[in-house]
Amino acid sequence: MTANAQSHTQIHPSGTSPWVQVCSVDDLVPGSGVAALVLGQQIALFFLPGDGQLTQLQRVYALANQDPASGANVMARGLLGDINGERVVAAPLYKHHFSLETGRCLEDDTWQVPVWPARIVDGQVEIEWV
Amino acid sequence: MTTQPTHPDTHTQRQLVIIGNGMVGHHAAMSFLEACGEPTGWAIHIIGEETYSAYDRVHLSEYFQGKTHADLALGTLEQYNQLGIHTHLGVAARQIDRDGKTVVLADDTRLPYDALILATGSYPFVPPIPGHDLPSCLVYRTLDDLDAIRNAASDGSVGVVIGGGLLGLEAANALKSLGLDTHVIEFAPQLMPVQLDADAGTLLRDKIQALGVQVHVNTATQSITTDEQGRTVLTFADGEPLVTDVVVFSAGIRPQDALARDAGLTMGERGGVAINNQCQTSDPAIYAVGEVALWNNAIFGLVAPGYRMAETAAAHLAGGDAAFTGADMSTKLKLLGVDVGAIGDAHARSAGAVTYRYSNERSGVYRKLVTSADGSRLLGAILVGDNSLYDTLLQYYLNDITLPKEPDSLILPSSEGVPQLGVDALPDTATLCSCLNVTKGDVVSAIDAGCCSLGEVKTETRASSGCGGCAAMLKQVVDATLEARGVEVDHSLCEHFSYTRQELFHLVQVGQIKTFDALIREHGKGLGCDICKPTVASILASCWNEGVLEPAHVKLQDTNDTFLANMQKDGTYSVVPRIAGGEITADKLIVIGEVAKEYDLYTKITGGQRVDLFGAQLHQLPEIWKRLIDAGFETGQAYGKSVRTVKSCVGSTWCRYGQQDSVGMAILLENRYKGLRAPHKLKFAVSGCTRECAEAQSKDIGVIATEHGWNLYVCGNGGMKPRHADLFATDLDDVTLIKTIDRLLMFYIKTADRLQRTARWMENLEGGLDYLKDVILNDSLQMNAELEQQMARIVDSYQCEWKAVLDDPEKLKRFRTFVNSNSADSNVVFVKEREQIRPAREEEKARLIATA
Repeated sequence: MTANAQSHTQIHPSGTSPWVQVCSVDDLVPGSGVAALVLGQQIALFFLPGDGQLTQLQRVYALANQDPASGANVMARGLLGDINGERVVAAPLYKHHFSLETGRCLEDDTWQVPVWPARIVDGQVEIEWV
Repeated sequence: MTTQPTHPDTHTQRQLVIIGNGMVGHHAAMSFLEACGEPTGWAIHIIGEETYSAYDRVHLSEYFQGKTHADLALGTLEQYNQLGIHTHLGVAARQIDRDGKTVVLADDTRLPYDALILATGSYPFVPPIPGHDLPSCLVYRTLDDLDAIRNAASDGSVGVVIGGGLLGLEAANALKSLGLDTHVIEFAPQLMPVQLDADAGTLLRDKIQALGVQVHVNTATQSITTDEQGRTVLTFADGEPLVTDVVVFSAGIRPQDALARDAGLTMGERGGVAINNQCQTSDPAIYAVGEVALWNNAIFGLVAPGYRMAETAAAHLAGGDAAFTGADMSTKLKLLGVDVGAIGDAHARSAGAVTYRYSNERSGVYRKLVTSADGSRLLGAILVGDNSLYDTLLQYYLNDITLPKEPDSLILPSSEGVPQLGVDALPDTATLCSCLNVTKGDVVSAIDAGCCSLGEVKTETRASSGCGGCAAMLKQVVDATLEARGVEVDHSLCEHFSYTRQELFHLVQVGQIKTFDALIREHGKGLGCDICKPTVASILASCWNEGVLEPAHVKLQDTNDTFLANMQKDGTYSVVPRIAGGEITADKLIVIGEVAKEYDLYTKITGGQRVDLFGAQLHQLPEIWKRLIDAGFETGQAYGKSVRTVKSCVGSTWCRYGQQDSVGMAILLENRYKGLRAPHKLKFAVSGCTRECAEAQSKDIGVIATEHGWNLYVCGNGGMKPRHADLFATDLDDVTLIKTIDRLLMFYIKTADRLQRTARWMENLEGGLDYLKDVILNDSLQMNAELEQQMARIVDSYQCEWKAVLDDPEKLKRFRTFVNSNSADSNVVFVKEREQIRPAREEEKARLIATA
């Protein structure tokens, strides 16, 4: 296990910034997802490392880990892809697609999972806690 | 005539009685229901002398290859019940009382009728040779006949068929499949004298003799006697007597018309109930259909004309107008494995007919065309040894299409392969499917009405759902019609790849492509999705067999493959260690029990003879697997689209009936193919004898022991749409069995669609089972060496995926419920039921969390 496994979520040292440090970039899996626990909330982090050397395309997305279709906390274990240009995760149990950007379900408009802005700063993954 | 007054004895419903529950009687009932629509206003009674409900007599010989009545049945009694059809089975009709409009059954039941359909069929003609009624003398028509033949053959070694016609050769095939030394006795100078000419008959005889069946033509049986040992002896006009154990008469059929004769209906001179174009007999309330009916002085001894008569009678009775106008008697069959086809005037009896012949003794092929005097129209044809031209020639014949200038170009060998008649040349009236009577026009209308694929056309028109012989031509017509309407048939896997799975497989293999990123860069677009990623992952694993959790591949896997376990509804996983062949020591069983107890896992025995452990959270998987691997287990790949289990019975080691060591073979197969990634999961089974306790005929690969080796069955399926496996090869030794399975699996992996089980794959292969046999057994594509090589590479590079994970800290990182906390998922809550855990339901969960 890595060093981060033991550490818990940290509030940013400034105390006022809404950005919360979650884990190290090394904890992420390129092209896939992992789950994290932030202030009691289960969050799925998806890491698209960019196209080859074009690191400016590198992105981290944060969505709620709970899949509305099953009620299970499994979103982080879904497959990533794009549908008509929209980046999505396919929830692993019933395969609904959720937009990584907005959390909207492509198959069922009434489902919308919470999303958080996420970024990488100095090798650390942060999400904006609002 | 369709509005008979209601019979005084009965209720308000009118009564339709059908005598005969064979294929045609059954079809008459179904056609009548269809013609009436709902509700019919009729009560339908169907009477069958046999105890079995209607079954497919055309495929009777498959009964000896393991099929049962249920497999051959055209419907079940429940279905009859649901349709409101009353069945009277195992009881013959004794009398038709036309004045009282009542049928009297052998058990004295009286069934009043408003309309009656006679579908009593025919019976086998047994020539009055002295001794023809000995107990060893049997006929070949019903399942009971087949049971009697099997019984008589059980401790015999020789079987004789008297009659070398079409049915006689079918019967010979049945005797041969029982392992008897088989003889065919034919009075005429050649086999199948009705359909074939002398040259064709001779070639057929040579081919059948080469298959081990002794053919005696020009042979008249004078008497049948019993010798001192109790065996049966046939004495001939010339030649040595023949000692046998079973005699099967197949010397033609006779209409089963006694009821009609006794009732005073008009009969033909040589039997058969005379009918008009509406299939009515001389009593307009009584119809006759099938082999009992005589139309225009002819009896039609094939099922398709019987069906047409049944439909005609049904439509007429329902108030429609329909007419039977004769039927084409052309036939295409495989007799003892030899292709035989006969079309129209095969004997060139028409005035001025011109004949063209092609004969090749080396390859054993004979083709003959009979044309009109000017060579412009096809009048008839004969094919032996190769039926690939049959469909084309039949369309020329049926539709009166103008032949090419040199008609013999149709039957001469050509470097361009079999000449195909362009489907555009077919008129709309051309019959594509003669079993279900579907014309090209029907197919075109179905497409005009909105069908956009072969599958939809099949569902709509039911074409190709009978014998399936028309499948290739149907596909051509559908494709051509769709194309003509500007429909582009899109075979793309998904929006990222405009290729089929088979094409992608080819690109990966030829381009030596090792990663998804390289493939999508070169041949696709976008990021990929949950359709193409697992598909490509499977292709890459089948080609190069690198671990599925290697960094380049991990993001491609479905969740079950990513975490090497099966996700359940609450997000927990189940764990299945491999128990090859279902064989396990007490010590290992105890380890499974201990692990289940320690982690409080729900335990269940699976259908594949292993143990499934449910309720593990993500972070527990590596610990559980470490315990299992230390005890000598390896992954069972229950999570993968890959080889699952090889189920087995105990076989000859313990079982008094066992013929071979089925457990040993199951373990060998499971260990050989474990880890093999495929378009879908693969299930195997090995049975130690024909009792088939391992249920091998419902598996993708089924192996059944015989006295001499193994019979191989392929492409069976349980699941949503069950399919019985097809017998693929018989009496194989161990090495040949494995070679054959190697080739078949690799060919499936190369050519199947995504998530296509072997059953659907085979059904969609053009040419079906015969084509597959040709590729795998005869190497017709000359790719067997390559297929075997590819399989050898996969077998050699097997690694237990769980062991690989436990050895690699980087891979272990993924098995954390949270990357930043050691907590478990608090939303996973279990309750106890029958002394084990199960996921709590929502209301239970709410209560438990509230009280916690």
